[in-house]
Amino acid sequence: MVATALAEAVTHPAAGAALDIEQVSHAFDIDGIELPVLSDVSISVEPGEFVALLGPSGCGKSTLLRLVAGLDKPKAGRLREDEERIKHPHPSRVVVFQDPTLFPWRSVWDNVALGLEAQGILKSQRQRVDDALDLVGLSSFRNAYPHQLSGGMAQRVALARALVNDPKILILDEPLGKLDSLTRITMQAELVSLWQRKAFTTLLVTHDAEEALVLANRVIVFSERPAHVKADIRVDRPYPRHRGDPYLADLRRQILGLLGLDATW
Amino acid sequence: MSTYSLSDGLASGAPRTSRAPLLATWIRESGVGVLASITWSAFGLSCLWWEDVGDWSRTHSLGIAAFVIAAVALFGTVGADYLGSAGKALRKRAPWLVALGAFLTLWEVATAKLAWLPLPFFPPPQAIIEVYTDDLPKLLDSVFASVKLQLGGYLIGATVGFLTGVSIGWSRAVGYWVHPVLRFIGPLPATAWLPIAFFTFPSSWSASTFLIALATGFPVTVLTWSGVASVSNAYYDVARTLGAKPSFLVLKVAIPAALPHVFVGLFMGLGSSFAVLVVAEMIGVKAGLGWYLQWAQGWAAYANMYAALIVMSLLCSGAITLLFSIRDRLLVWQKGTVKW
Repeated sequence: MVATALAEAVTHPAAGAALDIEQVSHAFDIDGIELPVLSDVSISVEPGEFVALLGPSGCGKSTLLRLVAGLDKPKAGRLREDEERIKHPHPSRVVVFQDPTLFPWRSVWDNVALGLEAQGILKSQRQRVDDALDLVGLSSFRNAYPHQLSGGMAQRVALARALVNDPKILILDEPLGKLDSLTRITMQAELVSLWQRKAFTTLLVTHDAEEALVLANRVIVFSERPAHVKADIRVDRPYPRHRGDPYLADLRRQILGLLGLDATW
Repeated sequence: MSTYSLSDGLASGAPRTSRAPLLATWIRESGVGVLASITWSAFGLSCLWWEDVGDWSRTHSLGIAAFVIAAVALFGTVGADYLGSAGKALRKRAPWLVALGAFLTLWEVATAKLAWLPLPFFPPPQAIIEVYTDDLPKLLDSVFASVKLQLGGYLIGATVGFLTGVSIGWSRAVGYWVHPVLRFIGPLPATAWLPIAFFTFPSSWSASTFLIALATGFPVTVLTWSGVASVSNAYYDVARTLGAKPSFLVLKVAIPAALPHVFVGLFMGLGSSFAVLVVAEMIGVKAGLGWYLQWAQGWAAYANMYAALIVMSLLCSGAITLLFSIRDRLLVWQKGTVKW
């Protein structure tokens, strides 16, 4: 069973996995007081889907991502990847955080190699690191240290560090949130083309309704904390999408309305 | 250099400035070297001009050596352009050569020639040179004994301190048991253990090794611990999602992230272990530079004391230089570290 799974992983580049979030609730203990963050969230994601999670700041979206990654366990409910219960972190579900969190003591190449090294397969698969660096266009910076990189470059390295593992689910926690608007637009386009090429399932947390609509197949809108699903909107538009598309503009108005921001439109 | 302004163009057009800057440049580049050669010549002259008030055998050689250095300073700085990097280095240090020459002249005159400073306590430079030439075997033995003791104790202390620090920082259970012990024993100066250590340990050498290890271990432990404890959780999260096991988290995340702190601990440990080394050698160990100092004082051989002190200072400084160069090699990824 394990052997066949391994053989498959080697021969086929990872395609997306299905993700089931079933009646998940979660709470934090802060000085003995229970603070609910997620309340009865159920989302079913098809393999290869690009889902954006949109909601007010601090509503619990990032917490949901940590549960999906397996970094924390939910207080109630279940999460499954391809029918298998998520209990621990696994390199098939890789997170790209808002901060690149590159290891400053490692060169760019060594940062990207981190996952393969941790899994003990780096020696035989060094080529994958080079390929991942090629993919994000940073081959010439392989020997640079993180403090020598710009914000956008650092985030690209973080993306390469995730993609080198051929994840089935790519979890993006506002990865473009701290970039300047030009870099941001470029990287949005890169994300879409990477996703189209690699066909991994993508979960993207964002504050930005426009970003969600330009990138995702589906936009899920969350309420204030404790977060529950307020709307599940399908975005049926071909890629590459245009920001000025009236269909998207209409959806954007709807979404901002759901978030209680009608007046600003 | 690359900025261009109107006045540059005007200045280059005026011929009156072309000669004066040449002289100014020459004075700026070689003047200090000439001055250095003058002060060293003065030192040489001060050695040879008058008779010594005491009986020292190396006065003549020292005077000659001073003139040789004066010549090197002169030709080295004036001809620096033909000497490559050595000439450049000499030019950079020329102001120090000036100061050193002046200081030695003053020292020579104040001790050997006019005896302004009371004599047995303030020996002239040639008396110290005499120690290096005539008492070299004993001095070298002492150096060897000190280095051996220091190195053994320091390596043991640093290793134990590092491992303890990582364990406390990583494991709550270890922290529970070790932390109170550390708080109770750590702040105690290692020298306070001297009387106990010397009769509980089988030899004075093992007792001193233990004390040096203790003096090194405490700061290394505390700083390694704080380094490991202050590693951002985000690094662990990243590593875990990429499939890292606990051993990987310790060896490849916690330790490299804590390394800058560890080196601060190693630096502090080195300083306090020097203090313990010298005291231990003065009190119990019958070898080493500390013992040599004590022995010289017993014989009122003050020149030997100064000679040993200079060697000791060179060794301690060398040890710190070595530590810093290891750090610079391991922590190339850090920016803006202090140059020793």
